[in-house]
Amino acid sequence: MKIAVTSERTDLNSPIDTRFGRAKYFLVYDTEKNTYSAIDNKQNLNAEQGAGIQSAQNIINCGVDCIITGHCGPKAFGVLNKANVKVYLINGGTVKEALDAFKNGQLKAIEQSDVVEGHWA
Amino acid sequence: MRNSIAIAVASGKGGTGKTTFAVSLALAAERSVSLLDCDVEEPNCDIFLNPKYTKTEDVTVLIPEADNRKCSACGNCSKICRFNAIVSLPSGPMIFPKLCHSCGGCVRVCPTRALTEKKVSIGTINSALCGSMHFFQGKMNVGHAMSPPLIRAVKRHTTPSGITIIDCPPGTSCPMIAAIKGADFVLLITEPTPFGLNDLKLAVETVRQLNIPFAVILNRSDSGDNNVDVYCQNESIPILLRVTESRDIAKAYSQGKTLVSTVPTIQGMLIKMFDYIKENIKSEKEKYG
Repeated sequence: MKIAVTSERTDLNSPIDTRFGRAKYFLVYDTEKNTYSAIDNKQNLNAEQGAGIQSAQNIINCGVDCIITGHCGPKAFGVLNKANVKVYLINGGTVKEALDAFKNGQLKAIEQSDVVEGHWA
Repeated sequence: MRNSIAIAVASGKGGTGKTTFAVSLALAAERSVSLLDCDVEEPNCDIFLNPKYTKTEDVTVLIPEADNRKCSACGNCSKICRFNAIVSLPSGPMIFPKLCHSCGGCVRVCPTRALTEKKVSIGTINSALCGSMHFFQGKMNVGHAMSPPLIRAVKRHTTPSGITIIDCPPGTSCPMIAAIKGADFVLLITEPTPFGLNDLKLAVETVRQLNIPFAVILNRSDSGDNNVDVYCQNESIPILLRVTESRDIAKAYSQGKTLVSTVPTIQGMLIKMFDYIKENIKSEKEKYG
């Protein structure tokens, strides 16, 4: 399976980026091949709006099965949920630690967004 | 030169007196005048006019709607959308209407015609005759966040012969630009405070980008400091009118009374300002053809 982790840098020892839509990178880890690749998310880091939506689209296009991040807003969660991509939350640590926690079954998939909709809601 | 002029009353900072001056300018105008309340997120000219609306029109924008049975999940719709308002999923497109700018791009690039456009209401335009003034109020629906399409719809009521006064939203972002765009002259209302000056500078930069002649009205002119004066002098920006801070004006305002009715001498000053603006527009046109 493929797992995406939001990351501050492009290697496994990098701290995770707790933001989903405006994460600096997505590290996509392939559990079968034991390899990973980094996706630069600069496009959405600077987006005026809809960063979470477009990030979700990019992640889905990569064919990932689940995502590990710090927080996930309602629009992004809605898109991921509809595409059957599971969302796991973690408070901090490195990408490697996040992947280990996932493998050891320490993370639980969320059923809904953990962030309140927009500033005008 | 054509027979009509449109004057936008704007500011950077909110609460400097845009509505106060917009309403009084419209009341002071001698000939056929239209007042457009383009501060559609919280229009308030009506408080001073007590209009009896005779017409309400619904303003709509076009938002895509998907027929998932026709969708081939090609992803074209998502790729063309600059506003991240649509995603392409295997099960069909997912649309976020509040982020959509109604450009129609997704509908055009859909190879299977799975997307069609439907009208969605974003607000209303209420119109009334107040004495000899034609008043148009744009009012955005609660919960809607994107005002420029509604502002543009209100501005279609600009009078073809006579004076149009446009009460603009504050700030210098898309709504303010939508409101001043196409105007012949912009009046920037400010106050002599650090906040007033900071936002005036932003407004001046914006109006200069759009190449619209402009001038400043200094409200509560004897309060604060003299930095707005210094700035305007250095930048050769004319200050057309100064209104000093006054308890009487504030009191009348709180009772919904207009500036011209509270300080009758303002009427003459506003009429002189119209003359200045007309001359200025004429000479600008002669200069640049």
